Amino acid sequence: MAEPTTEERTAPAAPNHQPGLRALGRWAWGALTSMRTALILLFLLAIAAIPGSLVPQRPVTPIQVNDFIADNPTLGPIYDRLGFFDVYSSPWFSAIYLLLLVSLIGCIVPRIGVYAKALRRQPPAAPARLNRLPVSATVTLNDPSALSAIADELRRRRFRVATTDTTVSAERGYLRELGNLVFHLSLTLILVGVAVGSLWGYKGNAIVVEGYGFANNLSQYDDITAGARFSETDLKPFAITVNSFHAEFETGPVQHGAARVFTADVTVTDHPGAEPRNEALEVNHPVTVGSTQVHLSAHGYAPVVEVRDGEGNVAFSGPVVFLPQDGMFTSLGVIKAPDARPDRLAFEGFFLPFATVDDQGPRSIFPDAIAPELFLNVWHGPPKEVESGTPENVYTLDTTGLEQVSRDGDALRLRLKPGTEVVLPDDLGTVAFIGWHRWVKLQVSEQPGVPVIVAGVAIAIVGLLLSLFIRPRRIWARLTPTGEAGDGHTLSVGGLDRADARLGLVEEVQALVDLFPDAQDAAAPGRARPAERDRLVAEDAIMDDDGQPSASDAGKDN
Amino acid sequence: MELSNLSTQAMTTAWVVYLIAMIAHTLEWAVARNLSTKVERKRRRVLVGAGAGAGADLPTTTEETPVETTEDPRLSRFSTVGLVLTGLAFAFHLVGVVTRGIAADRFPWANMYEFITSTLLFVVAAYLVGAARFGMRWAGLFVTLLATVGIGLAVTVFYVDVAPLVPALHSVWFIIHIVTAAIAAAAFNLGAVATILYLVRDRAERKGTVRGYLAKLPSAERLDVIAYRFHAFSFPLWTFTIAAGAVWAQFAWGRFWGWDPKETWSLITWVAYAAYLHARATAGWRGRKAAVIALIGVATFWFNYIGVNMLIPGLHSYAGI
Ligand code: HEM
Repeated sequence: MAEPTTEERTAPAAPNHQPGLRALGRWAWGALTSMRTALILLFLLAIAAIPGSLVPQRPVTPIQVNDFIADNPTLGPIYDRLGFFDVYSSPWFSAIYLLLLVSLIGCIVPRIGVYAKALRRQPPAAPARLNRLPVSATVTLNDPSALSAIADELRRRRFRVATTDTTVSAERGYLRELGNLVFHLSLTLILVGVAVGSLWGYKGNAIVVEGYGFANNLSQYDDITAGARFSETDLKPFAITVNSFHAEFETGPVQHGAARVFTADVTVTDHPGAEPRNEALEVNHPVTVGSTQVHLSAHGYAPVVEVRDGEGNVAFSGPVVFLPQDGMFTSLGVIKAPDARPDRLAFEGFFLPFATVDDQGPRSIFPDAIAPELFLNVWHGPPKEVESGTPENVYTLDTTGLEQVSRDGDALRLRLKPGTEVVLPDDLGTVAFIGWHRWVKLQVSEQPGVPVIVAGVAIAIVGLLLSLFIRPRRIWARLTPTGEAGDGHTLSVGGLDRADARLGLVEEVQALVDLFPDAQDAAAPGRARPAERDRLVAEDAIMDDDGQPSASDAGKDN
Repeated sequence: MELSNLSTQAMTTAWVVYLIAMIAHTLEWAVARNLSTKVERKRRRVLVGAGAGAGADLPTTTEETPVETTEDPRLSRFSTVGLVLTGLAFAFHLVGVVTRGIAADRFPWANMYEFITSTLLFVVAAYLVGAARFGMRWAGLFVTLLATVGIGLAVTVFYVDVAPLVPALHSVWFIIHIVTAAIAAAAFNLGAVATILYLVRDRAERKGTVRGYLAKLPSAERLDVIAYRFHAFSFPLWTFTIAAGAVWAQFAWGRFWGWDPKETWSLITWVAYAAYLHARATAGWRGRKAAVIALIGVATFWFNYIGVNMLIPGLHSYAGI
């Protein structure tokens, strides 16, 4: 091939004659942007991605990471130091894809110039011996205008054609390299989109109980992760009220208990003063507010309880979010009544939507609230002297300064059905299980890179299709007078496919020769010794049983 | 459920018929043991004969010379029996997949059982078209082997009764994602079949004489081209599959990419096939080395398909085994 091919771009020899930084730099650059390096980096990328799929990842499942480290006291810390718990932002993983990116740019950008030149150039001049091409035919005929007929035919076949007095050169399939360039460049576009998203984007979660609302400001989030360029003012001032949440589960024998329907009825106020709108928030139907998306990412139960203290005052009243621990929504939670007097009170235990007690203890046997019960342990203690002001985790109970309530020497275990109330011993007060609500977890996110990524992927696919399915091909013809009379001519036609595995070259050359019905087959020329390619795939039979081109397929392209 | 029973019975019948078809193809290979072809490894050159009417005078190559042509007459008989049985099995297979979809009142692609049987339906369909139109009958043994093992696993290990979808799967993107995945998977698998045969035939050709059924296969060079075509067909499709999956994930989970094991492995598969395509364009890598990379690609695909579902917990595993 006339242009720098991929083979020529393989790693040059190490610099031994020209020491010095420049030479070294040039050598390193050449090596980095070689096709072989691209291949190795692709392999490394694939291998490096594996551990992250086998070991729990901190950004996804931090609790499992901690469990893993606790379970593997030797291996855990080693993995941790190697970054195995956060593979996809580890230095070595980043290094691989950044090197790949650099290699890609270094490889592709120079090819843009080459391609631009090739676009402006005429098809290359005919090689000296056309019968060395992978496919060629040589005939004798008596038609001095044969070349122009061939040129016309090739133009009709959408080749770019250049002629001389004795030769025709033709080329087509320029879009293939365009597709290749566009594909690789769009990969960088995708990475730009990812980078934009991770710098300016954010994603946060907030648990909202039915009947309650969420306003989009930092204090309302249970957790939020945001990029380095994110600032609090990027949060759009919308509000969402969760009016109700509806869940259905499989009651049949197959996949018993699997989720079937989740729908939250929400009211969205896009900005203060805006007209509220009602929306159905479902798993595959996020609510969007401008460029912010709100997804339904989890749900659970919030038992409604009322705690009265020893003095008969209401010390706590309302729904308490319990967190599901398994697929049957055995849910764990804590109720705190720090203002109860004379002793402050706290409760810890389970909400079970379909309660049962067996040798595994109390647990739920179905995710829907069919027979809900509340199981609680009770703690009491003197009021805190000073409120420390440090925020407490609402899902865990810090028992310092508290004492577990017991009866007859055993820890007191309350078991309540909805609508029941229990009087605590020692005049500590009462606790009532009034009913329950469901809560939903709203995931609020802004991903500013997504449009760029979508564009990048779309362009990549188009480029890929061009690159894989456009058939670049060159065809040459030469007409030379034979014999003294000057009326006999030898016509040679040869062709070359510039990409793997293309169909129809033989037919195309054949068709050109067939333009001249009275041409005669010339003497068998010598063997081809194609120098351009390792592997010639010039033959063009359709796949056939016996490895031979089948007669019925031959004329198809004509 | 009436219809789902019918579906299961049709699938089991398909399995049995595929098994018999595979046995027929095995016999076909066995009786071909006397065949032998001398192969001279030359760069091929095709002369276009001119003068004669179009298509009459065909380019020929002279590199293969049959040494012994004691072709057992049973050979073509077994081959035909195998093909006809494969067609019959395919009919049962089709009934099994379609009635399953009707029984479930949705596309039958929601769990491993359904996905494997659907993918294999595409594989066999592509093979039957290839055999009828392009003389791809040489792939019979491997395609029936794949179908027998795959459906056998599906009906025994992965079988689950018909059930509706979990909410996360209620999405058109789910349908797009799965159907493109199944078609791409079919092409990757057929590409792998051609690649394996290429490696085997290529080894034989290097020795000079190709014996037994290998003599009936297309030349190594052509097998390589066929393998490439399957891969070139499925790579863009797989790219699109991943993209469609990302769109679906964005709708369902609010993030288009989360390094979930399933996502990670589909990317690994994608990168492996990208390496294959690069290897084909790199001096010193095309040919056997590239073929090995393609097989690594299909291995990562199968690991993603079975290994990840069975071994690694992740969001996708809630599609159920
Ligand atoms: C994320 C990384 C990459 C991916 C996914 C990728 C993917 C691909 C694919 C699928 C093809 C096949 C298209 C075809 O056969 O025409 C291809 C071709 C090519 N790639 Fe890449 N590539 C990557 C990185 C690179 C790098 C780093 C280089 C340069 C060092 C490179 C250079 C090339 C070249 C020159 C071709 C064309 C080969 C030919 O002419 O047939 N690629 N690439």
